[in-house]
Amino acid sequence: MSLIFILISSIFVNNFVLSRFLGICPFLGVSKKVETALGMGAAVTFVMALASAITYVVQYAILEPLNLGYLQTIAFILVVAALVQFVEMIIKKMTPSLYQALGVFLPLITTNCAVLGVAFLNIQYEYNFIETIVNGIGAALGFTLAIVLFAGVRERLESSEIPKAFEGFPIALLSAGLMAIAFLGFSGMKLG
Amino acid sequence: MLNAILVPIGIISAFGLLFGIGLAIAAKVFEVPEDPRIPLVRAALPGANCGGCGFPGCDALAGSIVEGSAAVDVCPVGGGDTAAAIAKIMGKEAGSAVKKIATVICQGTCETAPNRADYYGEIDCREAMIASGGVKGCRYGCMGYGTCKSVCPFNAISMGEDGLPKVDPDKCTSCGKCVDACPKSVMNLVPVTQEIIVKCHNLDKGKIARLSCTTACIGCGACEKACNFDAIKVENNCAKIDYDKCRQCYECVDKCPMNCISGDIEYGKSTAQTGL
Repeated sequence: MSLIFILISSIFVNNFVLSRFLGICPFLGVSKKVETALGMGAAVTFVMALASAITYVVQYAILEPLNLGYLQTIAFILVVAALVQFVEMIIKKMTPSLYQALGVFLPLITTNCAVLGVAFLNIQYEYNFIETIVNGIGAALGFTLAIVLFAGVRERLESSEIPKAFEGFPIALLSAGLMAIAFLGFSGMKLG
Repeated sequence: MLNAILVPIGIISAFGLLFGIGLAIAAKVFEVPEDPRIPLVRAALPGANCGGCGFPGCDALAGSIVEGSAAVDVCPVGGGDTAAAIAKIMGKEAGSAVKKIATVICQGTCETAPNRADYYGEIDCREAMIASGGVKGCRYGCMGYGTCKSVCPFNAISMGEDGLPKVDPDKCTSCGKCVDACPKSVMNLVPVTQEIIVKCHNLDKGKIARLSCTTACIGCGACEKACNFDAIKVENNCAKIDYDKCRQCYECVDKCPMNCISGDIEYGKSTAQTGL
């Protein structure tokens, strides 16, 4: 039961983009088309799930026994960076068009603080291995949900009449803010 | 004490080594064979990503050129030099890529083609077009609100005092943005060497065209008769020049009763006689 709570909590209540404000860079950068946003979401999901699992092992099998907790950041970043490189290779091989569309934002998943954030939070909340993976997948699904919804909004913004000063990023940031307020509604959910 | 320093260094190095080897293996497994000519062609292109070639950017064009689906001389910005450089990489002869520039196919100024009404809307040709096709006397002519100027990414277009846009041939890269933006299709891409251009595309019958503008093409056919090279033809009440056939002899410029074919006759005649 608690696994479902963790999943729902990480997707909706503590949505990484809209409640924790992590991973804003790709959220704004790759949200012009729903298709690209979905691709980005899938890539982030893959990286987050694997990163959660590997960082858990790194933390509890290597860093804790050796009393090297202070190496957490650098070790986790190494894991994330290697994973992103790996994902980049896979995407370039499998779907070159998606590789083109994601462009510079693909290697930038490395610095996506949502990925590092979820790894830290897993440790902080003292989740066990299964919970860690569920939380990682949930957070990534939340990210995907937010970015795809936002891409839908932005696709509509493209064709609507916007005051000149608000065109492009200003209106995008405004609508992101409105979406965050909407997601605030989930925080009323009492879970567990 | 020493261990406190060496152990973390060892751990992080081990991580790095492990991931490095892993990625090296993955790179071999997931290797994507890329034509080595693509980055070379990409480097030869101007890199403005203007989209003038019809591809999303210079990267996409480079890919298509190497693939063979695009010709080596399609980049309008780079012109002949770029085409030659790419042709060298591809081992092909460059076509005779003559640079084109945006040209205003209208000489209807405020005097020659007066407005038929007053317009108080947004100063933008596309907006003005919505209001019953603009207020210009000639419904094919340049309205002069300067949309071409505002869309030009290279600042090559300025608005002249006569209300018509002027193109700076040195700055124009023939990206075609103004051609797409002009609601009256007044902007055209014309080879830069072409002096003789029919500066009108009014398709109305002669009488109506003459009434709307004093320098309109009335489709009289005098140019067609004057041309020795079969290069100029009257279609739909308006003369059209086939730039491939035109030898720039200036006969049509001489004969046009409405002076709607551009070209400096004095200068033109002198170069034509020296066998241009």
